[in-house]
Amino acid sequence: MTKKARLSINGLSCAGCVNTVETALRGVAGVEQASVNFAEHTAFVEGDVAVEQLLDAVKKAGYEAAELKDESDTEQKQAAEFAHYKQLLKQAIVAGAVGAPLFVLGMGGFLPELSTASGQLVWFGIGLVTLFVMVYSGRHFFKGAWHSFLAHNANMDTLIALGTGTAWIYSLIITIAPDTVPKLAQHAYYEAAVIIIALINFGSALEMRARGKTSEAIQRLIQLQPKTARVVRDGKELDIAIGQVGLGETLRVRPGERIAVDGEVIDGHSSVDESMLTGEPMHVEKQQGDEVAAGTINVSGTFLFRSKRIGAETMLAQIIQLVRQAQSSKPAIGRIVDKVAAVFVPTVLLIAIVTFLVWFNFSENDSISLAIVTTMTVLIIACPCALGLATPISIMVGVGKAAELGVLIRNGEALQGAAKLTTIVLDKTGTITKGQPTVTSLDAADGATEEQLLQLAASLEQGSEHPLASSILKAAHERELNLFEVEAFHAVSGKGVVGTINGEQALLGNSKLMSEYSIDVSSLDVRSEQLLQQAQTVVYLAQAGKLIGIVAVSDPVKEDSRKAIKSLIKLGLKVVMLTGDNHKTAQAVANSVGIKHVISEVLPEDKENQIRKLQENNEVVAMVGDGINDAPALARANIGFAIGTGTDVAIESADITLMGGSLYGVIDAITVSKATIRNIKQNLFGAFIYNSLGIPIAAGVLYPVFAVLLNPMIAGAAMAMSSVTVVLNANRLRVMKSGREQ
Amino acid sequence: MILVTNIIGLLLFFFVIWWFWFSTPRVQKVDSKIIDVLVDNGVYTPSPIEVKQGQELTLRFFRKDASPCAEKVIFENWNLSADLPVEQATEIKIPTEEKGEFIFTCQMQMYRGILKVI
Repeated sequence: MTKKARLSINGLSCAGCVNTVETALRGVAGVEQASVNFAEHTAFVEGDVAVEQLLDAVKKAGYEAAELKDESDTEQKQAAEFAHYKQLLKQAIVAGAVGAPLFVLGMGGFLPELSTASGQLVWFGIGLVTLFVMVYSGRHFFKGAWHSFLAHNANMDTLIALGTGTAWIYSLIITIAPDTVPKLAQHAYYEAAVIIIALINFGSALEMRARGKTSEAIQRLIQLQPKTARVVRDGKELDIAIGQVGLGETLRVRPGERIAVDGEVIDGHSSVDESMLTGEPMHVEKQQGDEVAAGTINVSGTFLFRSKRIGAETMLAQIIQLVRQAQSSKPAIGRIVDKVAAVFVPTVLLIAIVTFLVWFNFSENDSISLAIVTTMTVLIIACPCALGLATPISIMVGVGKAAELGVLIRNGEALQGAAKLTTIVLDKTGTITKGQPTVTSLDAADGATEEQLLQLAASLEQGSEHPLASSILKAAHERELNLFEVEAFHAVSGKGVVGTINGEQALLGNSKLMSEYSIDVSSLDVRSEQLLQQAQTVVYLAQAGKLIGIVAVSDPVKEDSRKAIKSLIKLGLKVVMLTGDNHKTAQAVANSVGIKHVISEVLPEDKENQIRKLQENNEVVAMVGDGINDAPALARANIGFAIGTGTDVAIESADITLMGGSLYGVIDAITVSKATIRNIKQNLFGAFIYNSLGIPIAAGVLYPVFAVLLNPMIAGAAMAMSSVTVVLNANRLRVMKSGREQ
Repeated sequence: MILVTNIIGLLLFFFVIWWFWFSTPRVQKVDSKIIDVLVDNGVYTPSPIEVKQGQELTLRFFRKDASPCAEKVIFENWNLSADLPVEQATEIKIPTEEKGEFIFTCQMQMYRGILKVI
């Protein structure tokens, strides 16, 4: 099969590159044609080849490439679904229009007996008409059943085709040769066959409509992607299709427009509504150097940005991919059902055969007729769909609902895990606090100045990646201080940094680092105690063995942390704060947000151990952190939550990603997970009860005592409605309230 | 008549057990890197597919069946899945480092295919 692919190529600097890329693409086995458009920086490839191979080939040739796709898929999908829905309805109406009058005429006694020749002729005519209806309205069941049979597989089609097929063939036999069965059994079931087909087609159509709603969340995400973008090429602004935007292009965004691809602001400033990705209602200010994400809305100003990620690489595309992936995954509870579902249909076939033989051999009168009716009813009432749908449909809605709230659940396991948590461990910096520390005070020791203190501290922090470093560097930058060169720099894990400035050893860090190097800090003890009580982090600076001063850094608590933590405790969870910070600072922060359990002064590499200790006490632990510094602890926890704000969150790093940066996301994740698991259980319970009661009743177990036999047409209606019920129940998850609204 | 019906019934009973649980369809051995899999009439064709361990493999699903049952294909073992748009080809790169028999299904397990890595 030949297919076509369009790639965006980055790094094409001269016409000569065109040749290199074209040669590389043509070298891939299966490529029939490859041409590069230098002006558009795109390549067009035709051939029997996987896109990944093309991307690899371009990369090996020294260029960057990404696939360009049309986003018309959604509309196509909706059009195809609607056409199928209409087709099912039409088939249901035709079958119903023939079956219902036959049913009424039969009940009213207007149809002739089979025992007369004229009666036989009428019934033969009815048989022919119903055959046409079965071919028109039910051929998909018969085709499906036959192909599945050849593949040694059996499914819903098998049951319906066998059920209705048996009814029709039996009816034809007694139409042609009524004397082969006793007089009492001379009853044809043509109308039952077509009414069952009508009901099941109608049920499938309803189910399809309800199913469309289950994927609304992902559709909404897909629709966030704009179809066009305004690029600036050779100084001119052009509106082009999104698929033609390349990497490194300059794009303009005007107020009210959606941002087309991921990139970095290069000119102008504005506020951007990122709520569709993060669930956070507050607009985010963007200026030069800030990242913007595809799908978010520019609210006020106009700005230019450079595209950094396009196509499948954008944050939006990754979210869509992750949600799709998660929607297809199953929690353990669903896997057990899969095992049942895999053997379900053949088992029903066996039950049907046994039912037939039992009635045929052991009933006194009318045995063949009873055997046929019960067998047909068993085949029709058994509903593998309700069983098979129960888990995936709830997961689909639950994961989609979570995504709408800015919570990305990786898979079914994470969902089931989040519903069972007993303890939530919160990292302090960036999780409870904003993660944007600022220098709040500088206290120089005797003989030193504030300026000297900040200058030396900032010089040492130049090479550090610690979150506090950026606040100290920023403070130095604001005072326009020149920084010294640092030699022999190294970080001491969990304690601070050491380096040589102007030939003298300089230390910056906590009290542990100072005592390790025997620095006397007593002169500033009172001050540091004061600062710690105010939940500030105290950093000591010493040079040449003498204390120079202390820098106090404060990281304000997020506005909604206190309320969210209160709600978590209300959910019955034990909330623990885990931090590398000094005990007093940690305790002060914990007090301010209402946390009772604090584990402080933990080295980064030891966080994982702390999680393990909690697990050893039979706690089911979630760790909430930024996903970068806490990766091992996140991995160790039963459920790892990565918390971030919009574009800077590492989606890949955790079981659950909170796009909004608020702790309310944890509540949403837990609430959605619990509701989804409950929904799955309801669905499974319903499906199991339905089948385990329905099949025996259909087989006629009530008949010997109560003389009650299920009408196969009622079985058809029940079967059609059972899967619709499952889908409707799952849809209830869509209207769930978020943690903030509760 | 009674005897014949009973014999046929019993034969059918054992046939169902044998056909669905103890016999497998003919395996399609494939050397090419890309295999086209048709999604229609309740089955993936071809299936079972047999490939060699370590062989580069992309399955290209072409969905003809418009019913929602066919809309996803899931490889539970590798946590892989894809949406299959109607009348379109969708490629999935398959890891073949591990030997074994791997099932791929639709969400409801009605569509079932087998990939054998030998």
